[in-house]
Amino acid sequence: MISLRVRRRFVSGLMTTLVGLLSGLAVLALVLILGHLVAKGASSLNLDFFIKNPVPAGQSGGGVANAIVGTGIIVGVAALMGLPVGIGTGLYLAEYGSGRLGWIVRFVADVLNGTPSIVVAIFAWTWLVKPMGHFSAFAGSVALAVLMVPMIARTTEEMVRLVPHSLREAALALGYPRWRTSLRIVARTALAGIVTGCLVGVARIAGETAPLLFTSLGNLNFSTSIAHPMQTLSLQIYTYATGPFEDWHRMAWAAALVLMGLVLILALAARWATRRGHGAAR
Amino acid sequence: MAQPADAPAPLEAVRLTALFGRRAVVKDVSVRFAARTVTAVIGPSGCGKSTFLRCLNRMHELSDSGWVTGKVLLDGHDIYDTGVDPVQLRRRIGMVFQRPTPFPTMSIYDNVAAGLRVNGRRSRSELDEVVERSLHQAALWDEVKDRLRASALSLSGGQQQRLCVARALAPEPEVLLLDEPTASLDPGGTQRIEELCHELKTRYTIVIVTHNLQQAGRVSDYTGFFYLGEMVEIARTEVLFTKPAKEQTEAYITGRFG
Repeated sequence: MISLRVRRRFVSGLMTTLVGLLSGLAVLALVLILGHLVAKGASSLNLDFFIKNPVPAGQSGGGVANAIVGTGIIVGVAALMGLPVGIGTGLYLAEYGSGRLGWIVRFVADVLNGTPSIVVAIFAWTWLVKPMGHFSAFAGSVALAVLMVPMIARTTEEMVRLVPHSLREAALALGYPRWRTSLRIVARTALAGIVTGCLVGVARIAGETAPLLFTSLGNLNFSTSIAHPMQTLSLQIYTYATGPFEDWHRMAWAAALVLMGLVLILALAARWATRRGHGAAR
Repeated sequence: MAQPADAPAPLEAVRLTALFGRRAVVKDVSVRFAARTVTAVIGPSGCGKSTFLRCLNRMHELSDSGWVTGKVLLDGHDIYDTGVDPVQLRRRIGMVFQRPTPFPTMSIYDNVAAGLRVNGRRSRSELDEVVERSLHQAALWDEVKDRLRASALSLSGGQQQRLCVARALAPEPEVLLLDEPTASLDPGGTQRIEELCHELKTRYTIVIVTHNLQQAGRVSDYTGFFYLGEMVEIARTEVLFTKPAKEQTEAYITGRFG
């Protein structure tokens, strides 16, 4: 009896230590990356970095204002296109997707979800860049939107499925038409989760580089025209990090830190949205 | 079938059969529910009594592979006629479920007003009036009148269930269907709901499905015994419980099976 209890306690302790060590390892990787970023990048961060455009190679100073604004525009346009389609698809899958068509849509979304982003970029290049004759921020946004849709669709579906069936029935029994039940009751109840999924999706594409390499291309100057090449933080990091100058490397670290900061803000916003949803919902 | 012939019968099932695919769970049931009475439907789990109830407001057909043959007459008109819009119909027949189902994103006020708003816009004052009246009818007004704007989830389980009753009453239905409304409530909450049945039957036709024989005895004028998809027997409650005509009924109410 006693030996059994001792053995159980020993195994329990061993396993607890093991999973503790493993999760420590996972967190350690994150801490190392963040720490390294701050150590290398923080010293280059100043006001100029945020409000000035890049200067020609060899000169010191300058900033990445064009890339910050560009990231905002390209990701914003991508979100405008991708979020409605993704949320709509997710709602369809959860509410009406039990048939054959639903199965097909779900399958396509899963395949698209696993498609390498560079492949999506090739399609954006073929369909948009080539016919238009030049690179454009819009083509980059389309590529990012295509990456976003399956991600948003599947998380939206999961969130909507969490809404208890009894709530649907209550609305229908009250004389709600099916579509109003879906929108007014089910989607509203799942809203916090859907918003969280959207923010995570936006954060995820904000750091994409490959889909932009031959769509948006990059731009050393400040540009807000989505019909023309535009710089983003990820492209700027790529250019600076692969360049030969010590000064560029410094800037790449700083730009990476800014990008991480943006993603962190989105992640925090997602957390906040979730918490609000679980509290006193209005 | 000792039912008074003089009372109007707003709800009547005629040879009603409900199926899932090819499997019939309600078999050829014919029964009249007299106006301003409470009828309890009792029977063991899985006997089809909940499905039967869901046929009375056309909820059964929303289930996967659920379909119905036969008729259900509301005020003499078949609710399964091709011209009848099930969405409109459900506004005339209120339903309360086993578990409280308040809409979590809505306030107490908005929950009660939901059934009116979906039926077209109403004026503010009209909504206020209906919400207050419905909450009074559901015996919840005094507990929530100072916090109508609070989330419906801030209420206790029993209060939430009474909120669902108020929500079902607000559109002024003609019939109220209760599907084991006290299954998830404590004795206090159960008592409130049962008292409600007594008060509400002066205005509505009530059909209540219950597992609890004592409850059927306390709240209903008529009781029907449902077994294996069939309405074995329906009679005045005191008759059914003291002198059941069928042996199966007697076996069930004396606790020999089920």
